[in-house]
Amino acid sequence: MKDVMGIINLGESEENIKALTYHRPIASIPYIGRYRIIDFIISNMVNAGIENIGIFTGSKFGSLVDHLGSGKAWDLDRKIDRLYVLSPEFQSLKPFYQEGDIRNFKDHLSYIKKSRQEYVMLSKSYMVFNMDFKDAVEFHKDSGADITILYKRVTEKKDFFINCDTLNLDENKRVLSIGTNTGSGPCPNISMEVYIMKKEMLVNMIEDAISFGDANYLKEMILKKIYDGNTYVNAYKYKGYLACINSLMNYYVESMEILNQENYQELFTGHGLIFTKVKDEAPTKYSDSCSVKNSLLANGCIIEGHVENSVIFRGVKIKKGAVVKNSIIMQRSVIEEGALIENVILDKSVTITANKHLMGDEKSPMVVRKDSVI
Amino acid sequence: MIKKKKEVIAMILAGGQGSRLGALTKTNAKPAVPFGGKYRIIDFTLSNCSNSGIYTVGVLTQYQPLTLNAHIGIGSYWDLDRKDSGVTVLPPYVGRDGGRWYKGTANAIYENTDFIDVYDPEYVIILSGDHIYKMDYSKMLKYHKEKGADATISVMEVPWDETSRFGIMNCNDDNSIYEFEEKPEKAKSNLASMGIYIFNWQKLKKYMAEDEQNIESDNDFGKNIIPTMLADGNKMYAYRFKGYWKDVGTIKSLWEANMDLLKDDNELNLYDRNWRIYSVNPVSPPHYVSPDSCVKSSLLDEGCIIYGNVENSVLFPDVYVAKGARIVDSVIMSNVRIEEGAVIERAIVGEDLIIKAGQKIGSIESEDITLFTE
Repeated sequence: MKDVMGIINLGESEENIKALTYHRPIASIPYIGRYRIIDFIISNMVNAGIENIGIFTGSKFGSLVDHLGSGKAWDLDRKIDRLYVLSPEFQSLKPFYQEGDIRNFKDHLSYIKKSRQEYVMLSKSYMVFNMDFKDAVEFHKDSGADITILYKRVTEKKDFFINCDTLNLDENKRVLSIGTNTGSGPCPNISMEVYIMKKEMLVNMIEDAISFGDANYLKEMILKKIYDGNTYVNAYKYKGYLACINSLMNYYVESMEILNQENYQELFTGHGLIFTKVKDEAPTKYSDSCSVKNSLLANGCIIEGHVENSVIFRGVKIKKGAVVKNSIIMQRSVIEEGALIENVILDKSVTITANKHLMGDEKSPMVVRKDSVI
Repeated sequence: MIKKKKEVIAMILAGGQGSRLGALTKTNAKPAVPFGGKYRIIDFTLSNCSNSGIYTVGVLTQYQPLTLNAHIGIGSYWDLDRKDSGVTVLPPYVGRDGGRWYKGTANAIYENTDFIDVYDPEYVIILSGDHIYKMDYSKMLKYHKEKGADATISVMEVPWDETSRFGIMNCNDDNSIYEFEEKPEKAKSNLASMGIYIFNWQKLKKYMAEDEQNIESDNDFGKNIIPTMLADGNKMYAYRFKGYWKDVGTIKSLWEANMDLLKDDNELNLYDRNWRIYSVNPVSPPHYVSPDSCVKSSLLDEGCIIYGNVENSVLFPDVYVAKGARIVDSVIMSNVRIEEGAVIERAIVGEDLIIKAGQKIGSIESEDITLFTE
């Protein structure tokens, strides 16, 4: 896979997940106790042997840069093929999921051109899965297709892929068109927005989009290719665990779904390991007064209270007599004595003071912003 | 070689076997014995160096160095991968006049005179790689300089009935040492040497060279160098340390040190963000605790999956505890699978084992700690 470069394009719609993206892109939302959303796609690429990975950020890239660092956690702190975090050259008031991503590709065209790889794998970050990209790339090369798009045929949980791209395929898995999932149709082929193509093809599409000025999104260019009849666009089917984090509800429900051991095993041991930034936390300490049921806990926590059906991030303290149910508690938050929280998402470093009660709804979890003291 | 002037460098003695640790040190030097749910014993000394701002560290290895070498690597986990300092592993070597093993603690340092001279330090701090404690060596160095000492020895108060196990420092009121007694039957003081020494390098070099000429000598700091320096009237001071310090020589004391971490008033705070203990971090997801399990008074590291009961125990990463299994007062090292109904009490279980369904290891009645490694 030394001949494939990866590009993770973070032009992702935040419309339905704003409560968690005030100060960060979707890519760096904390997820499942110790990860950020982007860890999954980067790990998949690294596990397949992709060594040159470019991340095209939008404007809120502070937390992302902090998380990624030099790429060491993914073994991407190398000399030539390494992690490149590329932010827009000119700040725009609009996020680039509203203004189009061609602009961003244009800014970084020289990076794409000078990369030594023949192929490129394009992706976003909001799709969470653990798969073997080597097979997909082999499939692409053998099929003779110009572009291969990865998809999953979703039979259950259709409602959790609303607004995702869908692929309309003919019997030979040739892509006829790309639509949008409204949740109404039967078993949609959900596009994972992972595209494999020759680098030359990508460069041509970008240059065409710029010189003709008739497309703002790369997806428009790919659609044109599908319709022009001269380009062979096919699809590669993925059958494993897939979560789509494009709304707050999805974030909450999919986090809870990982409490199911089948999903946990598939996401973390399905194909390769999922890497993330190391925090050097001590093991989590359970006191003799605690009770913990059906929950995931990362390192560095001190648990003295009751925790049930919840996901607890690194370095959280849950004091004596506190009760946490159906909730997601992000890193370094503190739940003081006697507090009760249910159906709540606490962002990083939140303190819930003693005896406070916070209740969200199962269908609409309450979100508490980073650094709040309640 | 280009000289890289440093004020102080640290030399960690890590060649010891720790024969009383039985099977745990069969293929493993004592400093590499796992401890505390994720660490190896040498992590404490290496982290102390890094946290004290001492970035030039030599690690002297001899006995079974494979695990230790692999663990230390280039020192990046302790932030010791540096341009003109960092960690260097120093095994015995062959020279023009033949090769030899390190004969004693002082000889090990003497044999690496060239290494130390590259840094041309004012001071050398001699440390042991098999003690568990947190200490700011920069404070000890400051004390050494203030006293204008030739050597400073870190000491701590031990119970009077245990003085016969230690090297005892007899001091004047200003903490200057007038006498050193190795394991005295009737001690005059309860200040025990912790095996932590700061020497003025040029002075130490001279004494080591003289000691090498004495064929009767054991070439040991405690037995030879320090008594000789004292006899010559050098200025030697005791530096009083207060806090947790443990030399885990036996299975029982290793077990006790692990159990110390579970106490509420434990002095060895592993959760202090200003003095982290660094280690090689495994790549594992948050641990999972099922609805009908029970975990109390324990430390759990990432990757554990718990369906059974865990009480008063320390679990390293990736331990699986099946339904109906019970772990009490025990230490379970990484990647152990404990099957249904197995019972482990007052035991240390080594890495990568499968404990079969219904198997019983150790007993709550037993005075001794059971070591189970195959």
